[in-house]
Amino acid sequence: MITYEWLYILAGSFFAIWALLSLRDRLWGNAGFWGLLAASFFGGSHFSDLENGILVLAMVAIAGLGGLKRSNPDTTGETSRQKRALSLGNKLFIPALIVPFTAVAGTLLYNFTPLGETGLFEARRETLLLFGIGVVIALIVAIIWLRPPALAPANEGRRLLDSIGWAAILPQMLAALGAVFALAGVGEIIGGAAGSVIPEGSIFLTVVVFALGMAIFTMIMGNAFAAFPVMAAAIGIPLLVETYDGDPAVVGAVGMLAGFCGTLLTPMAANFNIVPAALLELKDQNGVIKQQVWTAIPLWVCNVAIIYVGAFLLWK
Amino acid sequence: MEDVNYWPLAGIAIVVVGFALKFNPLLVVVGAAVATGVLAGLDVVAVVEALGKAFNDNRYISVTWIILPVIGLLERYGLQQRARGLIEGIRGATFSKLLIIYLGFRQITAALGMKDIGGHPQAVRPLVAPMAEAAAESAHGDLRDGDREEIKAMSAATDNVGLFFGEDIFFAIASILLIQGVFESAGYPLTPLELSVWAIPTAICAFFIHGWRINALDRRIGAGRSARR
Repeated sequence: MITYEWLYILAGSFFAIWALLSLRDRLWGNAGFWGLLAASFFGGSHFSDLENGILVLAMVAIAGLGGLKRSNPDTTGETSRQKRALSLGNKLFIPALIVPFTAVAGTLLYNFTPLGETGLFEARRETLLLFGIGVVIALIVAIIWLRPPALAPANEGRRLLDSIGWAAILPQMLAALGAVFALAGVGEIIGGAAGSVIPEGSIFLTVVVFALGMAIFTMIMGNAFAAFPVMAAAIGIPLLVETYDGDPAVVGAVGMLAGFCGTLLTPMAANFNIVPAALLELKDQNGVIKQQVWTAIPLWVCNVAIIYVGAFLLWK
Repeated sequence: MEDVNYWPLAGIAIVVVGFALKFNPLLVVVGAAVATGVLAGLDVVAVVEALGKAFNDNRYISVTWIILPVIGLLERYGLQQRARGLIEGIRGATFSKLLIIYLGFRQITAALGMKDIGGHPQAVRPLVAPMAEAAAESAHGDLRDGDREEIKAMSAATDNVGLFFGEDIFFAIASILLIQGVFESAGYPLTPLELSVWAIPTAICAFFIHGWRINALDRRIGAGRSARR
């Protein structure tokens, strides 16, 4: 049976190669950071909880001390890319499309044909495992077709990875924070308090408070990912899912999108709202946000309606 | 009723204040986790253990980055340039049609996992905004400075809306897996596809709402122009 462990060894190998290439470029912080992440993928299941915790603290220390730098691996220039884009055309999209196609078609085949009975994949893990398989196929196809220099796939990946930097593990860290919140009983505390504030049994008002909390926390923090574990622990899970028996998939997925409406409204999300205003030389640095206000607000209302209908009226 | 210990909520306050003050988010998250655990009565070692276990359990979220060599390699051979070529193909359309097509293009490519096709430095500044300006000019004649500002800002807004409300349809993306991780820790196992299909209704709403707003801006510029004649 193919399990997540296989995927972790694959991912660990990628990060180990990136760590080694960073080492070669004398980017010690990058090498340490990606090396520790590789170690987590390879050995995390065998380390003790304390060892895993120390590994996390070490990674955070490297990032917090500014140890991660941009890298400058060899790549092609604008003119050469223009020329190749012209000759390769839309076929360039094919390798990228192999990945979602493998994952989605594979998941459907696995779930709706007797293939599922083979027990080839760990239960409920098939989509992400097929994503990994899709990446490997796409990489092989691209390498055979384009015949890049041997280190180019690793270096091009590293160019993108180092432009993301420590933010690459932020979602994983936030999910871990959500687990610590759950352990400390944050949900029960807020659920108890909110339960006495929100009128008894009003599912609709609770949905509104949840979606509003996602949007407002996102606006304050500039990041819907950070708002999510907070609001999920506070209202999404204890009230909407546990007390009112809502569909967790809708509450989670659309709750996040209610947060994205907040992202459209805040200067704190500088990369999306303030940087473009500067790039476009707008006189008003909030000009982009102003164009987004009357898209974000009606869309937020739609999200409230989708949660209410999808998670409660249509569920069960 | 017995007294409830509200102190663990300080962790939430640390997240909110830490992000708002732009401290390194990883430090903020660790600080919040330690504060929450300690104030709930755990000792520091137990909190580090809990954090380590939770980080380890959620490793699949960071697996998504293995797609980077594929995208990077395609970029080496002109993926961005080819995407720009496609966008340039919309030339000749009216201002509103141009931005609405770009909105759909951005949503669909993001939904297929290519969220770095497009973007402000790569596509909006060099391409979408100037094309939108030119299209509005050819339809409405000379533009006022205020109109120009609004057209450029709307081009950037269209990129954001297209990205945000397309990307979550792709299942192997950090936000979907973060949702999965948080719910799994709370005892609700979900699959990525169960979550990502629920991004589709919002994506459709976003397309129509923002498309309507692009049209409204087009009409407003046209009306302002004829009022000045």
